[in-house]
Amino acid sequence: MYAFEYHRPASVKQAADLASQFEDSKFLAGGHTLLPTMKLRLAAPANLVDLGQIAELRGIERSGSTVTIGAMMKHAEVANSGDIRSSIPALAEMAELIGDPHVRNRGTIGGSIANNDPSADYPAACLALNATIVTDRRKIAADDFFQGIFSTALDEGELITRVAFQTPKQAAYAKFRNPASRYALVGVFVARHADGVRVAVTGAGSNGVFRVPEMEAALNLSFTPEALDGISVSTDAMNSDIHADAAYRAHLVGVMARRAVQAAASRS
Amino acid sequence: MTTVSLTVNGQSVTADVDPRTLLVQFLRDNLRLTGTHVGCDTSQCGACVVHLNGQAVKSCTVLAVQADAGTVTTIEGLSQGGDLHPMQAAFREHHGLQCGYCTPGMIMSAVDIVNRKGHSLDEETIRAELEGNLCRCTGYHNIVKAVAAGAQAMGQTPLPQAAE
Repeated sequence: MYAFEYHRPASVKQAADLASQFEDSKFLAGGHTLLPTMKLRLAAPANLVDLGQIAELRGIERSGSTVTIGAMMKHAEVANSGDIRSSIPALAEMAELIGDPHVRNRGTIGGSIANNDPSADYPAACLALNATIVTDRRKIAADDFFQGIFSTALDEGELITRVAFQTPKQAAYAKFRNPASRYALVGVFVARHADGVRVAVTGAGSNGVFRVPEMEAALNLSFTPEALDGISVSTDAMNSDIHADAAYRAHLVGVMARRAVQAAASRS
Repeated sequence: MTTVSLTVNGQSVTADVDPRTLLVQFLRDNLRLTGTHVGCDTSQCGACVVHLNGQAVKSCTVLAVQADAGTVTTIEGLSQGGDLHPMQAAFREHHGLQCGYCTPGMIMSAVDIVNRKGHSLDEETIRAELEGNLCRCTGYHNIVKAVAAGAQAMGQTPLPQAAE
């Protein structure tokens, strides 16, 4: 890894000031993507702004139909949160499927979303749970936030502070894991809200996380796995690599969607 | 250079480090605690697992400066005096190792599993919880047996006061 200057701000304001002061800077959250990327010299920021000591970026809050999670909350903390287990169990279960126990002790929700890895789990949860991504400057709807592989609506130096999830009536996440990396080969998050069903797919799309309107329309009429019979996603927009080709990924989207609907529908 | 102050295996340590120093490099190269191993160096194999503030982490993917003011326990800090920690004794008893390279990380992960999940661990739980630790010799079978036995033993014997 190339050398860098290290900064440890105590507040969001200080972090934002540092990021604007130093042009070539990166925020360091859990570091479980950024540090490996720097080791490989694929990234070489001159300045690292460590968010680890900023109390404002922590905490889980439940109010009305919304659950808000601080950007620096770790996957293990989300997985083990009583508030999340009781309000959106599918979200806690999703967090428990990320990486391995050690990764879950370091990786953060804010880091995952800001990175928008095409195989990451959180982007699917954000889309399906109609999340609002709150930054130090504004609020961004999840539908507008994810803009393609490793690409988001965040401006230079803009910092995610919290993520607010809409509590669904029923939801579930079905993930087909790559057994080596534990990333999603295909992951489908299905959530049934008062105003309609949302189906979000990660791991499969060549342009990152996406929703499936045909499935949502069918599930709005009947929230059953059978409602998805005959609906398929196009192989044109699927990833294809040594782990799974496009046709297999497209097939898995259907299988995982049905499993997620089955699991969601069986929740009281 | 940046100053870091840590408590490592009960000892206070302060040093000036290059910010890019990984926690595992700091432990091995600065403190000469070479029980913690570097295997893959890509946060997959788990040979570098230590406890940071009571949680198991991969020390190849944590900067030493991120651990500032924290408490670290390495494999060297598990036992006190000449007696093996019950988990170490279980790995010896059940032949939970062959070359031994992954063993420090396996044992630190195993103790963390017991801390979170208790003393009665079934095989499925152990295998799922060890998914971040790779062993290329044993086929895991004896490791799983050792973790189950070590977990039981940790519940029975009065524990030597661990450094953390």
